[in-house]
Amino acid sequence: MSLFNIFNVSGSGMAAQSQRLNAVASNLANADSTTSADGQPYRAKQVVFSATPMGSAQGVKVVAVAEDKSPGKMIYDPKHPMADEKGYVEMPNVNVVDEMVNMISASRAYQNNVDVLNTSKTLLLKTLAIGQ
Amino acid sequence: MINKLDESLRFQQTALSLRGARQELLASNIANADTPNYKARDIDFASALQNAVAGSAAKLPVAQSSNKHLEGNAGGSVMGAPVLYRRPVQPSADGNTVDMDVERAQFADNALRYEANVQFVSAKLKGMLTAIQG
Repeated sequence: MSLFNIFNVSGSGMAAQSQRLNAVASNLANADSTTSADGQPYRAKQVVFSATPMGSAQGVKVVAVAEDKSPGKMIYDPKHPMADEKGYVEMPNVNVVDEMVNMISASRAYQNNVDVLNTSKTLLLKTLAIGQ
Repeated sequence: MINKLDESLRFQQTALSLRGARQELLASNIANADTPNYKARDIDFASALQNAVAGSAAKLPVAQSSNKHLEGNAGGSVMGAPVLYRRPVQPSADGNTVDMDVERAQFADNALRYEANVQFVSAKLKGMLTAIQG
């Protein structure tokens, strides 16, 4: 029954979007983390979506969490404990504006999937009530 | 007798399953709205229903003598109807062709028509019941 499969498809979409939202939260929280477990400044993380076959339809899967390779902004602050010999501190390469846009996009996409799921549920319930 | 009851509901049943299958396709378009290189897909409902009712749906597969040969219908099929790709109006830079306005509108439209179809089946059943019980 194809309508039941919509629960899987939209569910995978919701899971993927919430993982994206999770990455956004991590990036925003660490927008000022000049050091991390490996001693390097925090690197922005982005999730990579991929369509995956799910029954006869296509669901979404997060295939990778990619790190942003671009260099961080150098800030002159000789008093900072992480400053190099020239007095510069490398900040994380998190772009706060990009992350906010990402957050809104993820939240809207999540809502769309919830709406799809609710509609399918209504249709299924109506189908069950045939002949009553 | 039972044959005839079955016969009178067959069209509605075919239409309902085709609507359900299309709903699933539209749901995957909406779920994949942010997947790079995903191409929005849909079926031509009118011709799909005509074929399904006529029973002339399933086409013979293309013969392949090597696994590198292309399949006849790479996009797959829904109840024998070929799955088509939507022509993008404003394709995005990442190769995704899902237009959320179009998909949401089609999804709502398909849901409404599915509900209408359910009503038709119910009405038909009620009619038959009236005929039986008098």
